[in-house]
Amino acid sequence: MARTSQREAALGPNKTGIATSPKDIAKMLAGMDSKLAMPSSEGDERGMADIRTGYIETAEPVGSMPPPATLKGAAKSGAKMMMGERPQVLLDKLGERLAVERTATRLYDALIAKFRAHPQDPVTDEELVHIRNEEAKHFALVGDCIEKLGGDPTAQTPCADVAGVEALGLMQVITDPKTTIAQSLHAILIAELTDNAAWEDLITLADKMGQTDMIPDFEQALAHEAEHLATVRSWLQALVAAESDLVKTKT
Amino acid sequence: MALSLLRDKGAALDKQKFTWRELVQSPISKLDDDAFTRVRVILMNGIEEEAKRFQHSFARMCPDPMLQRALAEVRRKEVHQQVLVNWLLGADHSTLETTIGYEQVAIEVTAAVAQKEPDPYLAQVYRYGLLEDFDHMYRYSALMDRLEGKDANNILQSYTDILPGRPTIDEHRAPEHDLKRPYDRMKADPLTKLHALTIMSGEQQTHNFYMNVGPMYADPVARQLYAEIAHIEEQHVTQYESIIDPNETWLEKWLMHEACEVYNYYSCVEAETNPRIKAIWERFLDYELGHLRVVADLFKEHEQRDPAEILPEKLPAPIEYKSQRDFVRGVLEKEVDLRANGYDFVDKAKEPKSSLDYRRQLNSEGSPSQTVSAGYTWAPGTELKLKVVNL
Repeated sequence: MARTSQREAALGPNKTGIATSPKDIAKMLAGMDSKLAMPSSEGDERGMADIRTGYIETAEPVGSMPPPATLKGAAKSGAKMMMGERPQVLLDKLGERLAVERTATRLYDALIAKFRAHPQDPVTDEELVHIRNEEAKHFALVGDCIEKLGGDPTAQTPCADVAGVEALGLMQVITDPKTTIAQSLHAILIAELTDNAAWEDLITLADKMGQTDMIPDFEQALAHEAEHLATVRSWLQALVAAESDLVKTKT
Repeated sequence: MALSLLRDKGAALDKQKFTWRELVQSPISKLDDDAFTRVRVILMNGIEEEAKRFQHSFARMCPDPMLQRALAEVRRKEVHQQVLVNWLLGADHSTLETTIGYEQVAIEVTAAVAQKEPDPYLAQVYRYGLLEDFDHMYRYSALMDRLEGKDANNILQSYTDILPGRPTIDEHRAPEHDLKRPYDRMKADPLTKLHALTIMSGEQQTHNFYMNVGPMYADPVARQLYAEIAHIEEQHVTQYESIIDPNETWLEKWLMHEACEVYNYYSCVEAETNPRIKAIWERFLDYELGHLRVVADLFKEHEQRDPAEILPEKLPAPIEYKSQRDFVRGVLEKEVDLRANGYDFVDKAKEPKSSLDYRRQLNSEGSPSQTVSAGYTWAPGTELKLKVVNL
């Protein structure tokens, strides 16, 4: 028998829309037609854009890249700089990838806990654990690459910092006990879609920076991510379809 | 429910126990629970926050080790209660959505209190503050619409209007005009004292909340608006703490704080529609009656006074948790142009120069609240239902 969630989207007392408060919304809208609704200042949202522009023009960057961690790395870094290349660009993107893969491992940890509480076909424990472990291996792989370039894999680079902010919403969704497996997979899908694009771009950048020895490992990671994406997407599609079938059966 | 502040014993302190699992319960549903359940959760966090902060202040001024110990023991229970209550807010609320909830508390609870306040001057004080928080709702709703692309009415559930009030730009005043005349502890109706503590607690937690979350925004517009409105909430804390008689003794104040907690949990019990949350209010009402008993005994022992001098035998009618739209609109139409002049309220044409000067300087590089809501009119489904501005 197929395992299904006990928490499909059901009809219920959702109170957020105006249709559930016909008397109150009628009074509320009557107020909008009165002189009370006159805005206290003229204009539109372009005033907000002006404030943003003023701050953007004077903003400091998120932060800087750390100096090379080793003498060997310093020499290499210096050499690249002399040649007009900027190895910190690659190190920053590697730092981002390291951070994202590490966070992804933890996102899967949370998803696995949710799955084990509410197992649902066609998702499998084995496949979730497999993906989780590949994310952890990618984290280790990128850390090794950073060290080879003389970077410090424990440092948080600017792109890593920004990627961490991006991932906050995904973490909130997946760790919320109220969200379903399907809702959590939707969040993971965002991560996997980005991972695929990011590994492709990292391969291109490594090639441009002459780090061709890294490329085979990166291509293997990209292949893994393509599998993750296909798997997650197929699971999500199947769960949504199953839920709609369930609704159809009930009605 | 017939409760006696002087006779009901409530739960003994040593029976008030928690585990982490109990403290961290399933949050209310942002989508399905009634907006007033969230209003009560937010307000009761503020009531507990004030209980805790007051007891810390008392302890710091208290040379008696036995009293300090009693304060520590009761305070531990207050903190447990605060955590359980505040953690009922779900993480699917964005900070702005929670902010809309805070302003709904300020509007609906202050409006309810203003209509029941026995002292006409203090009722005026509440109506004055009400119109300022009412305006904050409008400004934050505009920010939510224009920053997150969300409709504040998903939180308000059509109970509360989204209209300009006393413009926030005009709420900035010189500090001396925030102070108001206190009630007389010997003459004031007990309900007056309960109201003052309730509203002061709500405004204080709102100020604290904005001060904590303002820097968590990346957007400079949001950072500016939170900075601006946090300032007004600080003015409101000044306003509402000034109406409480400073001649009350520390123990007298502690007794009133516990009575205020009892009164508020009682009001929550009477109004709550979610059975699980109602059980929490009932449990904490019992706990607060226990705290009240401890403090009443300390009051008798240390001040040789009868708590009946301070406390009413029966609790006043509970705070009404319902839409106060008609009352608020009436106040808006009649009193939006009032301004503060020392302890009194005057027409804006007579506003003191000190406030005008202060405000002119503060707003000299622009007004966040005006900018964020420039031309803003709320509509169901956000203003994008009305227009699409081509930037």
